[in-house]
Amino acid sequence: MTLAPPSDTPVRPVSEIELERRAFRKRQGAKSVLISVVSTLVLAVVVWVTLINTPGWEQVTQTFFNWDVAVASFPRIWQGFLVNLQVLAVSAVLVVLFGLLIATIRTLRGPVWLPLRAAAAAYTDLFRGLPLIIVLYLVGFGIPGLGLIPVRLPFAFWGIVALTLTYSAYVAEVFRAGIEAVHPSQRQAARSLGLSHAKTMRLIVVPQAIRKVTPALMNDFVALQKDVGLISVLGAVDAVRAAQIETATYFNFTPYVVAGLLFVLLAIPTIRLTDWYTARVRAREQVGGIV
Amino acid sequence: MSGVLHLEDVWKSFDDHAVLRGIDLEVGAGEVVALIGASGSGKSTLLRTVNLLEPIDDGRIRLRDEDISDPRVDPDSVRARIGVVFQQYNLFPHLTVLANITLALRHVHRMGRRQADAAALALLERVGLTDKAQSHPDRLSGGQQQRVAIARAIATSPDLLLLDEITSALDPELVGEVLDLVRALADDGMTIVMATHEMAFARDVADRVVFLDAGRILEQGPPAEVFGAPREERTRAFLARFTTS
Repeated sequence: MTLAPPSDTPVRPVSEIELERRAFRKRQGAKSVLISVVSTLVLAVVVWVTLINTPGWEQVTQTFFNWDVAVASFPRIWQGFLVNLQVLAVSAVLVVLFGLLIATIRTLRGPVWLPLRAAAAAYTDLFRGLPLIIVLYLVGFGIPGLGLIPVRLPFAFWGIVALTLTYSAYVAEVFRAGIEAVHPSQRQAARSLGLSHAKTMRLIVVPQAIRKVTPALMNDFVALQKDVGLISVLGAVDAVRAAQIETATYFNFTPYVVAGLLFVLLAIPTIRLTDWYTARVRAREQVGGIV
Repeated sequence: MSGVLHLEDVWKSFDDHAVLRGIDLEVGAGEVVALIGASGSGKSTLLRTVNLLEPIDDGRIRLRDEDISDPRVDPDSVRARIGVVFQQYNLFPHLTVLANITLALRHVHRMGRRQADAAALALLERVGLTDKAQSHPDRLSGGQQQRVAIARAIATSPDLLLLDEITSALDPELVGEVLDLVRALADDGMTIVMATHEMAFARDVADRVVFLDAGRILEQGPPAEVFGAPREERTRAFLARFTTS
């Protein structure tokens, strides 16, 4: 424990040496700001001049960055984008729940659970290996083809199923890594109090594991945000599919750029949040915090 | 004294290395037993076998009159009757100090929240940390954390308290506050088995000192006897290292 200095400590004048050091740091700071501004400007000018001097520049601006086409196609792309957002919201929740379930199953002990453990392991192996687009085709066209379900479900539904299947496999592995990263002494302390294995997991291990893996999970969420665009291959009219239709209408690729921008705008807040959170966790760990 | 803990010819090996080689030990109700001995002599392993964190290879351990080394016994119910404090505190970093203490009361002993909180606050008052109830463990000093760990271990009024080198990770100036608390518990009649390197404390508080050497009990008796007039040469050699330093 450190004692606070007495409140009547007189205000001490700063020494000459420290004043000189501060002046030096200030000069250095001003210098580095200047250098970074200049280098950024130089790079931007070089890129710009190179681009506008390419032989196809005129045509590319017409076919990819046409403002009129962008404005005209925006409403339908936005309609499609709302489908993406719905699929994203539902998938994200399902992925966290299902991923945590799979991770927990993989940590179960005892011979009774062997078949479940093996199934969970096989599941993560399979779906981490299988390309998402193939899962989409298999689920979106295969399962309805079985005739098991009498009603015709929307393509977005099958998109959610396929995304959940694929992403849960990744997220389960992230959770499992987090569970294993909780120090064994925590488990030991909990078991010493008489807590069962299940309660130790639920009250002690999993809460700490989730804190540890949050940055990794957020990163997977960013990946999911753009992969929701792949449901268009099933025929669901999402932002990508809408852009495709608009492109065909105007003989112009600008709608794809519009859809792409929407996805980027969606991703940026999450990316910033992830960076901020990771930095915060790191800062905490550096002062010796345990969380 | 009626016995709380009985060890009968307890053996334990890790791979080829025999850590406990036929331990016989009886601990009476309210007795404070200090285990001393060099690192690797088996002190910690002995405590871990009693708490069923390590299965034994041979022998028998009884708590009260129950054979807890019987594999048919539910280890969770045994551990619920034994309090343990570790060298590294092992508090739960994601829970407040209060929640650390109420955890076993609520989730093992099924006590209601309000009742458990009241019990925990009473304990915190006893260990002098009432104002830290809502803090997280990483905001506490080592000595404070260890006092919380002790409060957590005794919250369920265990039959037996095991202390595994609880001051070894502490800065010297923080050792006193923790030992004072252990002394108070001993005065209240808690049955305690502690592995320790604090010879002065063992001499002061323990009813009996047990010297472990290479997995055997080489010598035991009242502190005055073991420290004052050790019978065995190895005990003398071990103690000499502490008195000269």
